[in-house]
Amino acid sequence: MSIRVRYEKELRGVFDNLVLMCRYIEVAIEKSIKALTDLDYELAREVCEEDQLIDKMERDIEQSCLKILVMEHPLASDFREVSAALKMITDLERIGDQAHDIAEITTKLGEDGGSKLVNIPRMAAIVVQMVKDGVQAYINRDLVLARSLEKTDDKVDDLFRVIRSDLTALIRRDPDSAERAIMLMMVAKYLERIGDHAINIGEWVEYAITGSHPKKE
Amino acid sequence: MDERFNITVRGCDLYYGDLHALKNINIDIEEHAVTALIGPSGCGKSTFIRMLNRMNDLVDDCRITGEIKIGEQDIYAKGTDVTMLRKNVGMVFQKPNPFPMSVYDNVAFAPRTFGIRRKRELDGIVEHSLRRAGLWDEARDRLRKNALDLSGGQQQRLCIARALAADPKILLMDEPTSALDPISTGIIEELIDELELDYTIVIVTHNMQQAARISHKTAFFLLGEIVEYGRTEDIFTNPKDKRTENYITGRFG
Ligand SMILES: Nc1ncnc2c1ncn2[C@@H]1O[C@H](COP(=O)(O)OP(=O)(O)OP(=O)(O)O)[C@@H](O)[C@H]1O
Ligand SMILES: [Mg+2]
Repeated sequence: MSIRVRYEKELRGVFDNLVLMCRYIEVAIEKSIKALTDLDYELAREVCEEDQLIDKMERDIEQSCLKILVMEHPLASDFREVSAALKMITDLERIGDQAHDIAEITTKLGEDGGSKLVNIPRMAAIVVQMVKDGVQAYINRDLVLARSLEKTDDKVDDLFRVIRSDLTALIRRDPDSAERAIMLMMVAKYLERIGDHAINIGEWVEYAITGSHPKKE
Repeated sequence: MDERFNITVRGCDLYYGDLHALKNINIDIEEHAVTALIGPSGCGKSTFIRMLNRMNDLVDDCRITGEIKIGEQDIYAKGTDVTMLRKNVGMVFQKPNPFPMSVYDNVAFAPRTFGIRRKRELDGIVEHSLRRAGLWDEARDRLRKNALDLSGGQQQRLCIARALAADPKILLMDEPTSALDPISTGIIEELIDELELDYTIVIVTHNMQQAARISHKTAFFLLGEIVEYGRTEDIFTNPKDKRTENYITGRFG
């Protein structure tokens, strides 16, 4: 096998695992939100358990990347691609943690839980798409998609502000629901963070493709 | 002494008979720095460094145009003292080429040529040079043995010691470690690191990691031209030219 062929095979292994990790994360976020709106504690606990799977995927991908760096000595765009993967999985793992945190909040939420939520599921749908786009942009070396994440995140921030003022209003109206409002506020904050992590992923994709990281400029 | 030993090459072409081996070469090589030359076999790396100490003068039908300066001095100008030039510009060749004489005499060769006769002084230079080249421990007991009986890697380190003994200001190294084991390679790389402070070092290497490890700037040669020249870090993480990228990532041919 030529050096090039072996390198590309190893890198494809990383790609496959990244796609898989991304899939687990999408499911985790979606489940955590569903658990929140349905007040499904069982489902919430499932998310918490499955987070270990995501952590393990991070370690596996990290191992593969380090192995490629040591064994294949990739250079130039190859080097950037592997480094970007190494950085991205840290963000992906944090996103997994945030899904886990949302699920944990659900387990603490009282009976009158999450029903009637509109903006939080909406926000969740957008960040799930952002994470997917970040990973897809990496796999397909799609600079336009990577750069679009920043813009998409504006929508997330807008929703965050709307949720905040709704919840503030709720607390004023009905002080008894303050605790619940604070919990939901935390959920919104976690979702907003997921958006930020997706942006980081987009920036590493940009580095892999162009050689310059937008934050460095 | 404020003589400078940076190298300036302007509009240089080199022909071996009909073969246009170097094409319009322009490069500024810094002093007190290591410059790596990389590129596929036959692209002109050895030819280029041989041009810097006029080794190509020995090739019959070799023709050179353009200007090459070391510091302020045009080395191809009439009246250039080629012996002095070669003393200042030491060279380690791709294939080890010890002289058929003892280990000691090999290293003492240049100092003797430049008039050093006292045994104590010569002994000192020989030991110091062999130590720097990482050969002393293996060679101290066989200084009187014929250099050709050394192993290939030992011969290469002997040639490095021989070059250092001439006390050059510029050191040209043509794949100096391609025949060495990782330990000897490490010794030579450390030596290069150390020498960098006082010398101008130009090294040809096919080992990209070596170029990345030891050099400050890297030039990529292709078909007799310099395609790209820049900071080593930039060349290896973000080359500007597609041909450089293809070469260092192994996408070539
Ligand atoms: N003395 C010579 N006479 C004629 N042609 C030569 C001579 N030396 C080199 N050449 C030719 O000049 C070209 C450049 O050779 P050179 O030795 O400089 O390549 P290189 O980059 O050092 O290659 P390698 O990595 O294999 O050492 C080649 O085509 C070679 O055949
Ligand atoms: Mg050569």
